[in-house]
Amino acid sequence: MQWDLNSERPVYIQLIEQIQSRIITGFYLPGDKLPSVRDLAAEAGVNPNTMQKALTELERMELVYTNRTSGRYITLDQGLIKQLKKQSAKQQIQDFLEKMKYLGYEIEEIISLITDIASEMKKN
Amino acid sequence: METNRNAILQCNAVTKRFSGYTALSEVNLTLEKGRIIGLLGPNGSGKSTLLKLVNGLLVPDTGTIQIAGYEPGIESKRIVSYLPERTYLADWMRVIDVLNFFQDFYENFDKHKAYDMLERLHIDPKKRLKTLSKGTKEKVQLILVMSRKADLYCLDEPIGGVDPASRDYILKTIITNYNKNATVLISTHLIADIEMVLDEVIFIKDGQITLHAPVDDIRTKENKSIDTLFREVFKC
Repeated sequence: MQWDLNSERPVYIQLIEQIQSRIITGFYLPGDKLPSVRDLAAEAGVNPNTMQKALTELERMELVYTNRTSGRYITLDQGLIKQLKKQSAKQQIQDFLEKMKYLGYEIEEIISLITDIASEMKKN
Repeated sequence: METNRNAILQCNAVTKRFSGYTALSEVNLTLEKGRIIGLLGPNGSGKSTLLKLVNGLLVPDTGTIQIAGYEPGIESKRIVSYLPERTYLADWMRVIDVLNFFQDFYENFDKHKAYDMLERLHIDPKKRLKTLSKGTKEKVQLILVMSRKADLYCLDEPIGGVDPASRDYILKTIITNYNKNATVLISTHLIADIEMVLDEVIFIKDGQITLHAPVDDIRTKENKSIDTLFREVFKC
């Protein structure tokens, strides 16, 4: 999985988002051990302090925990991951609805469009 | 001067004049340990002068400079690894000779690390410097400098002539190789290439520091990249 970062937004926020999405999609599984800060930083091509800041924030959210002697792990709390997934879905849908509104669609029209397009996609 | 124990470099009201103009004017600067810092400014803004002062190649007219509490001199040179803007190595030397040269000069030079990096960048240590291309010569110099276990690295335009693929490798080396408490000060024009690895930036203009802040704070405040901000601030 590639890191996709740009320099327009704070890098540590982008790192948090991307690690979250790695957790949601199962690229990192519950209980997985994370590579060291340094290795993660090198992989993403960012400064180790920035990666550290992102991981500290993820720890505060309890998505990641530290075992004093052996490193950092992904949370075992499936409920938390589910919650994160839902949150992310909500965000995507809100963004989408905003764009559709901008195009001039009403909510009922959007829903019927979605149903149509989804059944079309199923056929293909 | 108040000494900050977490500081690796402290410049206090440093002024440097050359006949006819002031290259640096009353510069106050404190760099902390364990940071990667970009020193950015247009041509002739004072970047190289500042690095030369820190490395004792120039002496300030007024003001003081301290590196881990030492004025630039023998003690500071033990812990500062400097890549100057121009090469000082004799071109008849083979890469292997230069490596031995560095090992004789610096206690903290790690030859294995140097060989490792040469191999990764496909540089033959038996070649003479004069037979190498400009970019390869730059890589060799950077390898020498980064293979020292220093507390402060001063890199003056380190990646200018280096191809983008090697640039990536070199930046990766900078983030992975240096020890946690070392500080890296990089002067460059290639902001877009390096801004992702920086902790802080310093903008310097006409010999004065106009901005010194953490990069993510700048992105939050300005909603733009450091590269974009630089182009706006220094628009001609």
